[in-house]
Amino acid sequence: MPLFEVFVRSRRGLDHQHVGSLRADDAEMALLYAREIYTRRREGISIWVVRSADVTASQEEDAPAFFEPAADKPFRDATYYALPKEVKNL
Amino acid sequence: MAPALEEFQARIDREERIEPQDWMPEGYRRTLVRQISQHAHSEVIGMQPEGGWISQAPSLERKVILLAKVQDEGGHGLYLYGAAETLGVSRDEMIDAMHTGKAKYSSIFNYPALTWGDVGAIGWLVDSAAIVNQVPLQRCSYGPYARAMMRICKEESFHQRQGYDIMLALARGSAAQREMAQDALNRWWWPTLMMFGPPDADSIHSSQSFAWKIKRYGNDELRQKFIDQAVPQAEVLGLKIPDDDLQWDAATGHYRIGAIDWDEFQQVVSGNGPCSRQRLAHHRQVQEDGAWVREAVAAHAAKHQAGGDGLKADAHNPASAQEGGADAAV
Repeated sequence: MPLFEVFVRSRRGLDHQHVGSLRADDAEMALLYAREIYTRRREGISIWVVRSADVTASQEEDAPAFFEPAADKPFRDATYYALPKEVKNL
Repeated sequence: MAPALEEFQARIDREERIEPQDWMPEGYRRTLVRQISQHAHSEVIGMQPEGGWISQAPSLERKVILLAKVQDEGGHGLYLYGAAETLGVSRDEMIDAMHTGKAKYSSIFNYPALTWGDVGAIGWLVDSAAIVNQVPLQRCSYGPYARAMMRICKEESFHQRQGYDIMLALARGSAAQREMAQDALNRWWWPTLMMFGPPDADSIHSSQSFAWKIKRYGNDELRQKFIDQAVPQAEVLGLKIPDDDLQWDAATGHYRIGAIDWDEFQQVVSGNGPCSRQRLAHHRQVQEDGAWVREAVAAHAAKHQAGGDGLKADAHNPASAQEGGADAAV
Protein backbone atom coordinates (compact mmCIF):
# COMPACT_ATOMS: atom_id res chain seq x y z
CA MET A 1 0.00 0.00 0.00
CA PRO A 2 1.53 3.33 -0.96
CA LEU A 3 2.32 6.04 1.54
CA PHE A 4 0.61 9.43 1.29
CA GLU A 5 1.57 12.78 2.77
CA VAL A 6 -1.34 14.76 4.21
CA PHE A 7 -1.73 18.55 4.08
CA VAL A 8 -4.54 20.42 5.82
CA ARG A 9 -5.72 23.99 5.35
CA SER A 10 -6.98 25.10 8.73
CA ARG A 11 -9.03 27.96 7.33
CA ARG A 12 -9.57 29.90 4.14
CA GLY A 13 -6.78 32.23 3.31
CA LEU A 14 -4.03 30.12 4.90
CA ASP A 15 -1.64 27.71 3.19
CA HIS A 16 -2.13 23.96 3.43
CA GLN A 17 0.28 22.66 6.08
CA HIS A 18 1.85 19.25 6.30
CA VAL A 19 0.31 17.32 9.19
CA GLY A 20 1.56 13.74 8.70
CA SER A 21 1.29 10.68 6.53
CA LEU A 22 -0.76 7.51 6.13
CA ARG A 23 -1.04 4.44 3.94
CA ALA A 24 -3.94 3.84 1.60
CA ASP A 25 -4.72 1.87 -1.55
CA ASP A 26 -5.35 4.95 -3.63
CA ALA A 27 -5.70 8.72 -3.38
CA GLU A 28 -9.44 8.61 -2.87
CA MET A 29 -9.10 6.27 0.11
CA ALA A 30 -6.20 8.35 1.42
CA LEU A 31 -8.46 11.39 1.46
CA LEU A 32 -11.11 9.51 3.46
CA TYR A 33 -8.55 8.19 5.94
CA ALA A 34 -7.00 11.66 6.27
CA ARG A 35 -10.37 13.08 7.16
CA GLU A 36 -10.79 10.48 9.89
CA ILE A 37 -7.23 10.64 11.18
CA TYR A 38 -6.31 14.30 10.98
CA THR A 39 -9.49 16.37 11.04
CA ARG A 40 -11.73 14.94 13.73
CA ARG A 41 -11.75 18.23 15.67
CA ARG A 42 -12.45 20.80 12.99
CA GLU A 43 -8.73 21.10 12.24
CA GLY A 44 -9.37 22.10 8.67
CA ILE A 45 -11.59 22.94 5.76
CA SER A 46 -9.51 21.40 2.97
CA ILE A 47 -7.19 18.39 2.68
CA TRP A 48 -4.54 17.53 0.10
CA VAL A 49 -3.07 14.05 -0.15
CA VAL A 50 0.08 13.50 -2.20
CA ARG A 51 1.84 10.19 -2.79
CA SER A 52 5.04 10.30 -0.76
CA ALA A 53 6.85 8.83 -3.74
CA ASP A 54 5.98 12.01 -5.63
CA VAL A 55 7.70 14.19 -3.05
CA THR A 56 11.25 15.04 -4.02
CA ALA A 57 12.96 16.09 -0.81
CA SER A 58 16.28 17.82 -0.30
CA GLN A 59 18.66 15.65 1.65
CA GLU A 60 20.28 16.44 4.98
CA GLU A 61 23.77 16.13 3.52
CA ASP A 62 22.89 18.75 0.89
CA ALA A 63 21.81 21.25 3.54
CA PRO A 64 25.10 23.22 3.63
CA ALA A 65 25.14 23.73 -0.13
CA PHE A 66 21.43 24.58 -0.11
CA PHE A 67 21.13 26.91 2.83
CA GLU A 68 24.50 28.17 4.03
CA PRO A 69 24.86 30.84 1.34
CA ALA A 70 22.04 32.73 3.11
CA ALA A 71 23.84 32.75 6.46
CA ASP A 72 26.30 35.58 5.78
CA LYS A 73 23.85 38.00 4.17
CA PRO A 74 22.35 39.96 7.05
CA PHE A 75 21.90 42.88 4.65
CA ARG A 76 18.82 41.09 3.32
CA ASP A 77 17.03 42.08 6.53
CA ALA A 78 15.59 45.53 7.03
CA THR A 79 17.08 45.72 10.54
CA TYR A 80 20.59 45.77 9.04
CA TYR A 81 20.14 49.47 8.19
CA ALA A 82 20.44 52.02 10.97
CA LEU A 83 17.98 54.87 10.56
CA PRO A 84 18.08 58.29 12.22
CA LYS A 85 15.43 58.04 14.92
CA GLU A 86 13.39 60.92 13.55
CA VAL A 87 12.62 58.91 10.40
CA LYS A 88 9.11 57.41 10.49
CA ASN A 89 7.25 54.87 8.38
CA LEU A 90 10.28 53.12 6.91
CA MET B 1 -28.35 36.29 -8.94
CA ALA B 2 -27.44 32.69 -9.71
CA PRO B 3 -26.85 30.61 -6.54
CA ALA B 4 -23.15 30.07 -7.30
CA LEU B 5 -22.58 33.79 -7.80
CA GLU B 6 -24.55 34.60 -4.69
CA GLU B 7 -22.46 32.21 -2.63
CA PHE B 8 -19.26 33.58 -4.14
CA GLN B 9 -20.14 37.17 -3.26
CA ALA B 10 -21.38 36.19 0.21
CA ARG B 11 -18.04 34.53 0.88
CA ILE B 12 -16.20 37.69 -0.13
CA ASP B 13 -18.51 39.83 1.98
CA ARG B 14 -17.71 37.63 4.98
CA GLU B 15 -14.01 38.41 4.38
CA GLU B 16 -13.27 34.80 3.44
CA ARG B 17 -10.68 34.09 0.78
CA ILE B 18 -11.47 32.58 -2.59
CA GLU B 19 -9.24 29.59 -3.38
CA PRO B 20 -8.31 28.14 -6.79
CA GLN B 21 -10.80 25.24 -6.74
CA ASP B 22 -13.75 27.52 -5.91
CA TRP B 23 -16.27 28.59 -8.50
CA MET B 24 -15.68 32.18 -9.56
CA PRO B 25 -17.20 34.49 -12.16
CA GLU B 26 -15.20 34.77 -15.36
CA GLY B 27 -14.78 38.52 -14.84
CA TYR B 28 -13.19 37.95 -11.43
CA ARG B 29 -10.76 35.46 -12.91
CA ARG B 30 -9.94 37.77 -15.81
CA THR B 31 -9.44 40.79 -13.57
CA LEU B 32 -7.07 38.85 -11.34
CA VAL B 33 -5.09 37.42 -14.23
CA ARG B 34 -4.67 40.94 -15.59
CA GLN B 35 -3.70 42.47 -12.25
CA ILE B 36 -1.45 39.67 -10.97
CA SER B 37 0.35 39.17 -14.28
CA GLN B 38 0.94 42.92 -14.64
CA HIS B 39 2.24 42.97 -11.10
CA ALA B 40 4.59 40.07 -11.95
CA HIS B 41 5.78 41.81 -15.12
CA SER B 42 6.50 44.94 -13.08
CA GLU B 43 8.72 43.01 -10.68
CA VAL B 44 10.69 41.43 -13.51
CA ILE B 45 11.00 44.55 -15.70
CA GLY B 46 11.88 46.41 -12.49
CA MET B 47 15.12 44.44 -12.37
CA GLN B 48 16.43 46.37 -15.37
CA PRO B 49 16.92 49.97 -14.18
CA GLU B 50 18.76 48.84 -11.04
CA GLY B 51 20.42 45.79 -12.58
CA GLY B 52 22.54 48.04 -14.74
CA TRP B 53 24.13 49.49 -11.61
CA ILE B 54 25.27 46.22 -10.01
CA SER B 55 28.65 46.28 -11.75
CA GLN B 56 29.04 50.00 -11.03
CA ALA B 57 28.10 50.07 -7.35
CA PRO B 58 30.44 52.34 -5.36
CA SER B 59 31.60 49.66 -2.90
CA LEU B 60 31.60 45.88 -2.54
CA GLU B 61 28.99 46.17 0.22
CA ARG B 62 26.64 48.26 -1.90
CA LYS B 63 27.18 45.79 -4.71
CA VAL B 64 26.16 42.67 -2.76
CA ILE B 65 23.18 44.54 -1.33
CA LEU B 66 21.98 45.65 -4.76
CA LEU B 67 22.56 42.16 -6.15
CA ALA B 68 20.41 40.69 -3.35
CA LYS B 69 17.72 43.29 -3.97
CA VAL B 70 17.50 42.72 -7.70
CA GLN B 71 17.46 38.98 -7.04
CA ASP B 72 14.48 39.54 -4.71
CA GLU B 73 12.59 41.37 -7.47
CA GLY B 74 13.01 38.34 -9.71
CA GLY B 75 11.78 36.15 -6.85
CA HIS B 76 8.75 38.38 -6.35
CA GLY B 77 7.92 38.04 -10.03
CA LEU B 78 8.01 34.26 -9.62
CA TYR B 79 5.72 34.27 -6.55
CA LEU B 80 3.27 36.31 -8.60
CA TYR B 81 3.48 34.29 -11.82
CA GLY B 82 2.82 31.25 -9.62
CA ALA B 83 -0.28 32.88 -8.13
CA ALA B 84 -1.57 33.82 -11.59
CA GLU B 85 -0.97 30.27 -12.85
CA THR B 86 -3.47 28.96 -10.26
CA LEU B 87 -6.10 30.77 -12.37
CA GLY B 88 -5.41 28.58 -15.39
CA VAL B 89 -3.22 30.92 -17.41
CA SER B 90 0.24 29.82 -18.56
CA ARG B 91 3.52 31.66 -18.13
CA ASP B 92 4.00 31.73 -21.90
CA GLU B 93 0.62 33.39 -22.43
CA MET B 94 1.42 36.03 -19.83
CA ILE B 95 4.86 36.81 -21.23
CA ASP B 96 3.43 36.91 -24.71
CA ALA B 97 0.74 39.38 -23.62
CA MET B 98 3.47 41.65 -22.28
CA HIS B 99 5.60 41.37 -25.42
CA THR B 100 2.65 42.26 -27.66
CA GLY B 101 1.72 45.18 -25.40
CA LYS B 102 -1.60 43.64 -24.35
CA ALA B 103 -0.43 43.41 -20.73
CA LYS B 104 1.29 46.40 -19.16
CA TYR B 105 3.74 46.76 -16.31
CA SER B 106 4.23 49.65 -13.92
CA SER B 107 4.91 52.91 -15.78
CA ILE B 108 7.73 53.77 -13.36
CA PHE B 109 10.18 51.28 -14.88
CA ASN B 110 10.14 53.11 -18.18
CA TYR B 111 12.32 55.82 -16.66
CA PRO B 112 16.12 55.51 -16.76
CA ALA B 113 18.37 55.11 -13.71
CA LEU B 114 21.01 57.65 -14.71
CA THR B 115 23.11 57.96 -11.55
CA TRP B 116 23.87 56.05 -8.35
CA GLY B 117 21.50 58.51 -6.68
CA ASP B 118 18.71 56.98 -8.76
CA VAL B 119 19.38 53.59 -7.17
CA GLY B 120 18.81 55.24 -3.79
CA ALA B 121 15.70 57.07 -4.98
CA ILE B 122 14.20 53.93 -6.50
CA GLY B 123 14.63 51.97 -3.26
CA TRP B 124 13.34 54.78 -1.11
CA LEU B 125 10.49 56.18 -3.24
CA VAL B 126 9.47 53.45 -5.67
CA ASP B 127 9.66 50.65 -3.13
CA SER B 128 7.89 52.76 -0.49
CA ALA B 129 5.10 53.41 -2.98
CA ALA B 130 4.98 49.71 -3.81
CA ILE B 131 4.62 48.88 -0.11
CA VAL B 132 1.75 51.35 0.30
CA ASN B 133 0.04 49.64 -2.64
CA GLN B 134 0.84 46.11 -1.55
CA VAL B 135 0.01 46.15 2.14
CA PRO B 136 -3.78 46.19 1.50
CA LEU B 137 -3.32 43.49 -1.17
CA GLN B 138 -2.32 41.10 1.61
CA ARG B 139 -6.06 41.04 2.35
CA CYS B 140 -7.10 40.62 -1.29
CA SER B 141 -10.01 38.20 -1.64
CA TYR B 142 -8.00 35.78 -3.79
CA GLY B 143 -5.99 33.53 -1.44
CA PRO B 144 -2.92 32.76 -3.57
CA TYR B 145 -2.45 36.46 -4.44
CA ALA B 146 -2.90 37.54 -0.81
CA ARG B 147 -0.35 34.98 0.38
CA ALA B 148 2.16 35.99 -2.30
CA MET B 149 1.76 39.59 -1.14
CA MET B 150 2.52 38.63 2.46
CA ARG B 151 5.81 37.08 1.38
CA ILE B 152 6.64 40.07 -0.79
CA CYS B 153 5.80 42.71 1.82
CA LYS B 154 8.03 41.00 4.34
CA GLU B 155 10.98 41.26 1.95
CA GLU B 156 10.16 44.68 0.56
CA SER B 157 11.06 46.61 3.68
CA PHE B 158 14.75 45.72 3.15
CA HIS B 159 14.50 47.27 -0.31
CA GLN B 160 13.07 50.48 1.03
CA ARG B 161 15.64 50.76 3.80
CA GLN B 162 18.66 50.10 1.61
CA GLY B 163 17.41 52.85 -0.73
CA TYR B 164 16.99 55.32 2.10
CA ASP B 165 20.43 54.31 3.39
CA ILE B 166 21.97 55.24 0.03
CA MET B 167 20.12 58.58 0.06
CA LEU B 168 21.29 59.21 3.62
CA ALA B 169 24.94 58.56 2.70
CA LEU B 170 24.70 60.92 -0.28
CA ALA B 171 22.81 63.59 1.68
CA ARG B 172 25.48 63.55 4.38
CA GLY B 173 28.32 63.55 1.86
CA SER B 174 30.06 66.16 -0.29
CA ALA B 175 28.26 68.96 -2.12
CA ALA B 176 28.40 66.90 -5.32
CA GLN B 177 26.86 63.91 -3.55
CA ARG B 178 24.06 66.03 -2.09
CA GLU B 179 23.42 67.40 -5.55
CA MET B 180 23.24 63.87 -6.93
CA ALA B 181 20.66 62.92 -4.28
CA GLN B 182 18.57 66.03 -4.97
CA ASP B 183 18.72 65.44 -8.71
CA ALA B 184 17.51 61.86 -8.26
CA LEU B 185 14.63 63.02 -6.05
CA ASN B 186 13.75 65.68 -8.64
CA ARG B 187 13.44 63.10 -11.40
CA TRP B 188 11.73 60.27 -9.44
CA TRP B 189 9.23 62.20 -7.31
CA TRP B 190 6.51 62.81 -9.90
CA PRO B 191 6.75 59.46 -11.71
CA THR B 192 6.46 57.77 -8.28
CA LEU B 193 3.24 59.66 -7.57
CA MET B 194 1.91 58.43 -10.91
CA MET B 195 2.51 54.81 -9.88
CA PHE B 196 -0.76 54.87 -7.95
CA GLY B 197 -2.64 55.32 -11.21
CA PRO B 198 -5.02 58.00 -12.47
CA PRO B 199 -7.31 59.92 -10.11
CA ASP B 200 -10.22 57.78 -8.87
CA ALA B 201 -12.64 59.78 -10.99
CA ASP B 202 -10.86 58.55 -14.15
CA SER B 203 -10.02 55.02 -13.03
CA ILE B 204 -11.75 52.46 -15.25
CA HIS B 205 -11.29 49.24 -13.29
CA SER B 206 -12.24 50.35 -9.81
CA SER B 207 -15.85 49.78 -8.73
CA GLN B 208 -16.12 46.08 -9.54
CA SER B 209 -12.70 45.48 -7.99
CA PHE B 210 -13.93 47.09 -4.77
CA ALA B 211 -17.02 44.85 -4.69
CA TRP B 212 -14.78 41.83 -5.20
CA LYS B 213 -12.33 43.09 -2.56
CA ILE B 214 -9.44 42.84 -4.97
CA LYS B 215 -8.96 46.52 -4.32
CA ARG B 216 -9.67 48.16 -0.96
CA TYR B 217 -8.48 51.74 -1.27
CA GLY B 218 -8.74 54.29 -4.05
CA ASN B 219 -5.71 55.46 -6.02
CA ASP B 220 -5.90 58.95 -4.52
CA GLU B 221 -6.12 57.68 -0.96
CA LEU B 222 -3.03 55.47 -1.39
CA ARG B 223 -1.14 58.26 -3.14
CA GLN B 224 -1.92 60.61 -0.23
CA LYS B 225 -0.74 58.03 2.28
CA PHE B 226 2.57 57.78 0.43
CA ILE B 227 3.00 61.56 0.23
CA ASP B 228 2.34 61.98 3.95
CA GLN B 229 5.05 59.43 4.72
CA ALA B 230 7.64 60.57 2.18
CA VAL B 231 7.63 64.35 2.75
CA PRO B 232 8.97 64.15 6.34
CA GLN B 233 11.49 61.53 5.21
CA ALA B 234 12.81 63.99 2.62
CA GLU B 235 13.11 66.60 5.36
CA VAL B 236 15.33 64.31 7.42
CA LEU B 237 17.54 63.96 4.35
CA GLY B 238 17.62 67.73 3.97
CA LEU B 239 16.33 67.41 0.41
CA LYS B 240 13.62 69.47 -1.25
CA ILE B 241 10.54 67.86 -2.80
CA PRO B 242 10.38 69.28 -6.36
CA ASP B 243 6.93 70.83 -5.94
CA ASP B 244 6.54 74.57 -5.28
CA ASP B 245 2.89 74.08 -4.41
CA LEU B 246 3.58 71.50 -1.73
CA GLN B 247 2.14 72.59 1.61
CA TRP B 248 1.01 71.16 4.91
CA ASP B 249 -2.74 71.40 5.38
CA ALA B 250 -3.28 71.52 9.13
CA ALA B 251 -7.06 71.30 8.74
CA THR B 252 -6.97 67.86 7.09
CA GLY B 253 -3.64 66.69 8.52
CA HIS B 254 -2.32 65.96 5.01
CA TYR B 255 0.21 67.45 2.62
CA ARG B 256 -1.27 69.17 -0.42
CA ILE B 257 0.62 68.75 -3.69
CA GLY B 258 0.66 70.60 -7.00
CA ALA B 259 -0.88 69.26 -10.22
CA ILE B 260 0.34 65.90 -11.56
CA ASP B 261 1.15 65.87 -15.28
CA TRP B 262 -1.27 63.15 -16.38
CA ASP B 263 -0.38 63.66 -20.04
CA GLU B 264 3.09 62.40 -19.24
CA PHE B 265 1.55 59.39 -17.48
CA GLN B 266 -0.64 58.62 -20.52
CA GLN B 267 2.38 58.86 -22.78
CA VAL B 268 4.41 56.48 -20.64
CA VAL B 269 1.55 54.00 -20.17
CA SER B 270 0.94 53.86 -23.90
CA GLY B 271 4.52 52.79 -24.52
CA ASN B 272 6.20 56.13 -25.14
CA GLY B 273 8.19 56.41 -21.93
CA PRO B 274 11.90 57.26 -22.15
CA CYS B 275 12.87 53.56 -21.89
CA SER B 276 9.69 51.72 -22.90
CA ARG B 277 11.05 50.20 -26.09
CA GLN B 278 14.40 49.41 -24.49
CA ARG B 279 12.80 47.56 -21.54
CA LEU B 280 10.65 45.35 -23.74
CA ALA B 281 13.38 44.76 -26.29
CA HIS B 282 15.74 43.69 -23.52
CA HIS B 283 13.16 41.33 -22.02
CA ARG B 284 12.47 39.80 -25.42
CA GLN B 285 16.19 39.43 -26.12
CA VAL B 286 16.87 37.69 -22.81
CA GLN B 287 13.88 35.42 -23.36
CA GLU B 288 15.23 34.45 -26.79
CA ASP B 289 18.80 34.07 -25.59
CA GLY B 290 17.62 31.74 -22.84
CA ALA B 291 15.59 29.48 -25.14
CA TRP B 292 18.41 26.93 -25.44
CA VAL B 293 18.53 26.56 -21.64
CA ARG B 294 14.81 25.80 -21.42
CA GLU B 295 15.15 23.35 -24.30
CA ALA B 296 18.13 21.66 -22.66
CA VAL B 297 16.28 21.30 -19.34
CA ALA B 298 13.25 19.83 -21.10
CA ALA B 299 15.44 17.41 -23.06
CA HIS B 300 17.23 16.37 -19.87
CA ALA B 301 13.93 15.69 -18.08
CA ALA B 302 12.58 13.74 -21.05
CA LYS B 303 15.73 11.63 -21.15
CA HIS B 304 15.44 10.80 -17.44
CA GLN B 305 11.79 9.94 -17.78
CA ALA B 306 12.60 7.54 -20.59
CA GLY B 307 15.39 6.07 -18.44
CA GLY B 308 17.63 6.69 -21.43
CA ASP B 309 20.87 7.20 -19.53
CA GLY B 310 20.22 4.58 -16.89
CA LEU B 311 19.57 7.22 -14.23
CA LYS B 312 16.36 7.07 -12.25
CA ALA B 313 14.61 10.38 -11.65
CA ASP B 314 14.58 9.63 -7.93
CA ALA B 315 18.19 8.59 -7.61
CA HIS B 316 18.79 11.41 -5.15
CA ASN B 317 15.72 10.69 -3.12
CA PRO B 318 16.04 7.45 -1.16
CA ALA B 319 12.63 8.10 0.38
CA SER B 320 10.83 7.73 -2.88
CA ALA B 321 12.92 4.72 -3.85
CA GLN B 322 12.14 2.66 -0.78
CA GLU B 323 8.82 4.15 0.28
CA GLY B 324 9.88 3.28 3.77
CA GLY B 325 8.98 4.41 7.28
CA ALA B 326 6.22 6.78 8.23
CA ASP B 327 8.13 9.98 7.61
CA ALA B 328 10.69 8.77 5.13
CA ALA B 329 9.84 11.37 2.54
CA VAL B 330 9.87 14.35 4.86
